Amino acid sequence: MNMSVGWVFFYLLVFPGFLFTSVVGLLYTWVDRKVTARMQFRVGPPLLQPFYDFFKLLGKDTFVPEGAPRSIFLGAPLIGLASVSVLSTVLLVSNFFPGQAFAGDLIVVLYLFAFVPIVLILGASSSSNPISALGASREMSLYLAYELPLLFALATIIVKSGGLLKIGDLLQWQWTNHPFLYSASGALAFVSAFLCMQAKLGFVPFDIAEAEQEIMGGITLEYSGPVLAVLKLTKAMLYFTVSIFLTVFFWGGFRSPREGWYHILGWLKPVAIIVLIILIKNTNPRLRIDQALRFFWSIVLVLSIAGFILATVGL
Amino acid sequence: MLKGLKKAALARSLWIYHVAASPCNNCDIEILDLLTPRFDVERFGLLLAPSPRHADLLLVTGMVNKKVLDRVLRVYAQIPKPCVVAAVGSCAISGDLFVDSYNFAGPLDKHIPVDVYIGGCPPKPEAMILGVVRAIEKLKKLKDL
Repeated sequence: MNMSVGWVFFYLLVFPGFLFTSVVGLLYTWVDRKVTARMQFRVGPPLLQPFYDFFKLLGKDTFVPEGAPRSIFLGAPLIGLASVSVLSTVLLVSNFFPGQAFAGDLIVVLYLFAFVPIVLILGASSSSNPISALGASREMSLYLAYELPLLFALATIIVKSGGLLKIGDLLQWQWTNHPFLYSASGALAFVSAFLCMQAKLGFVPFDIAEAEQEIMGGITLEYSGPVLAVLKLTKAMLYFTVSIFLTVFFWGGFRSPREGWYHILGWLKPVAIIVLIILIKNTNPRLRIDQALRFFWSIVLVLSIAGFILATVGL
Repeated sequence: MLKGLKKAALARSLWIYHVAASPCNNCDIEILDLLTPRFDVERFGLLLAPSPRHADLLLVTGMVNKKVLDRVLRVYAQIPKPCVVAAVGSCAISGDLFVDSYNFAGPLDKHIPVDVYIGGCPPKPEAMILGVVRAIEKLKKLKDL
């Protein structure tokens, strides 16, 4: 664990941090829109569409609503962007160089994941718009709903691996034994973590906090221009990070079981995960917030606790 | 160069916000048709925006009457500039058969700058796509935004 300051900045800002994650994240949103379009038998947007959207938003005016504290309203999206950059850096550095992880980075990852809904709630409730506040309260309830199953899912793999708390060690364990996904407890944990991540991204069965048709974008309602661009970029980066998260913790990272040419197949794992997310997104209607709470606190929580119990008996 | 990038990006990514300024609803139904998978306007980067603060392309339908005029102006003021305004249907362009009505507030371009006129009663979705293409061409020709 000897990294010079220059390397840390390179990791954070260029690869695999901010720049790499944002480009791949924007490409992911293109995959999302293209797959959605193909599922509806249409052509869909061109490859560079997310980049056009991003640069267009950068060139527009920004309004700060009357009565909104400027610093919080404009600062919250930036904090979100920074935390997602650090999050993807931690996950990807552990994946590429398992030795360079630091103790307890799993806890750091959990806290950084919690940052995203928190800054969204902060920004939306500071915007002095009642509909945004409604979105913020829904985001808060949703966060409370999926956080516990997510913790149980991570506890499952920690117990399964015999108490490892470093992402690098967890990866090594999966490479020497088997990916957690291929055991009964790990599969249950994966399913519950997957559903939690769908809610974390705010995708369709759980896009209650944004709900374009009923609360006009909710938490993003008052944002415009470059700040909206930052929010959209954060969302895109989170998209990429979530797929990396699920791959690293449950599917043994990018490494493929067989060496050589098959290594490239390992890079397709996150893509397979997002295609699954998109399929769920496009074939389900939006839940109400009470339905989502009930879903997470009954079905998903039971699933993840069952996985945890299975892991304690060694399955 | 930065301005060129800004303009090129705007022309390829117009997000739609739709204002019904006392229409008979036919134009609005045609706008809904325009947004269906059949016409697939996402090919040109067009998306439906949930809030006027996210929008670039304002579609106004209906004869603008005195009561709704204030709302149209307010929605227009809430759209971050640069933006494009399209008057959809004969009513928004000229008032059509409501010209002599007691509450007619004048054609839309009397109140806000209109970039594209999409005629018809109601205009077909194809006509609206043509209008949007014209708006994009107009944007590309503009010297400054």
